Amino acid sequence: MSQAAGEFLRMLPFLVAAWLFVVGLYGIVTSRHLVHQIICLIVVQSSTYVLLLAVGYRTGAVAPYFYDVPVHTPAVDPVVQALALTDVVVEAAVTALLLAFAVQAHKRFGTLDPHELVQIKG
Amino acid sequence: MNHRARTALFLVGGLGLLCFYVWGLHGLPGFGHYPGPYGDLINSLTVFERHATDAVTAVNFDYRGFDTLGEEFILFASVMGANLLLRKQKDDREEDPPLDQAEDRVVPPTSDAVRVTGLALVLPIVVFGLYTISHGQLTPGGGFQGGVILASMPLIIYLCGDYKSFDHVTSHVLSEITEALGAGGYAIAGLISIMFGLNYLTNFIPLGQTGDVLSSGTILLISVLTGLEVAGGLVVLMISFFRQSLVYRKTDEESRGPR
Amino acid sequence: MIVLQAGILLFVGVVGTAVVFTRNPLNQVIGLTFYGLLMALMFFIFQAPDVAFSQIVIGAVVLPLMVLLTLAKLKVKEQSRK
Repeated sequence: MSQAAGEFLRMLPFLVAAWLFVVGLYGIVTSRHLVHQIICLIVVQSSTYVLLLAVGYRTGAVAPYFYDVPVHTPAVDPVVQALALTDVVVEAAVTALLLAFAVQAHKRFGTLDPHELVQIKG
Repeated sequence: MNHRARTALFLVGGLGLLCFYVWGLHGLPGFGHYPGPYGDLINSLTVFERHATDAVTAVNFDYRGFDTLGEEFILFASVMGANLLLRKQKDDREEDPPLDQAEDRVVPPTSDAVRVTGLALVLPIVVFGLYTISHGQLTPGGGFQGGVILASMPLIIYLCGDYKSFDHVTSHVLSEITEALGAGGYAIAGLISIMFGLNYLTNFIPLGQTGDVLSSGTILLISVLTGLEVAGGLVVLMISFFRQSLVYRKTDEESRGPR
Repeated sequence: MIVLQAGILLFVGVVGTAVVFTRNPLNQVIGLTFYGLLMALMFFIFQAPDVAFSQIVIGAVVLPLMVLLTLAKLKVKEQSRK
């Protein structure tokens, strides 16, 4: 019983990341509103942050800043944190671009429903 | 293919994706058992090689500086694209932002407490943003975080005041120049290394003493430039969105103002 | 400590699902703000204060603001079309 619990805890962040990814994709596929789709895309992106940080985590370790901590203290991985950090800021700009697309699509075609947008020609 | 068939197809595919994803992640070492080696290597080398106590910023701007240059240009291109898409079109006219878009509701004016709090927060935010940028190599911080904090200063002014105050404080031209300086400066800082005979983006400034603000060479320089770029880019984004939502109207729309 | 991390992970999963299943974008924005702050808290618990720094401002302020402004612009168009 405790072995199953240990196994579950070992895989929990990865399960959460996979679940968020698939749920976000479900939201994108079955969406009826462009802005709802964009917010589901934000949820999909956040699942990658969970995965990145979970890979680099070490139990009982400190954050990788050695200003007041001796250099050889066990610390978590700084490389994945650097990746996640730039990712967060770039996500905002890309989402802004997508929102600008949504505004323009509404201006040109008059509808925000992705299923109707597909059928417009020319 | 209609809606139901599409949803059913996705459910099958999504379940399959979930199973394969979890099966693939099962082979990883498990949460909390990080095996290394790169993290441990960088943690032990950062202070001695770069005189920087912040391993994350050292990775961002020194060990993997070229990747950060690429990410910064993604940010730059996205801001440029959004700005382009939200620009003033031929059939747009400018209008004074109406105080209220819903005619059947009376919106109470912003309370004095909120306005005073916003005013009092402006200077601490700017100081904290500059502190975060300049101390990136010592404590949690760096160009990206500090730039984002600096960009939230005009936002506080908008949230606690109105659009007119935001318009007074920000300037589109100045923000664009700041952003361009930051992005171009990062690329040029790498070229200066080539002039010294080293590889692109190698450190060419003397490293200084660990724990000082003026330490770790090019990390500080690149951090400042990145902070400028991120702050400028986010302010340009905000200005574009505000103008598009609050100011521009099509020429055949009637003006909506408070009656 | 492990209880804290397991708890926050489950909470993030539940709130993410709730954000996706809210159909009205205006309601979703409120959920998105809460989700952004929750992610920042999770980053702190995972010993990553740098990432939490960026996430607080971006995920809880900038993103919901941009979505709200887009919705305001779209509503103006809707009203003028009718």
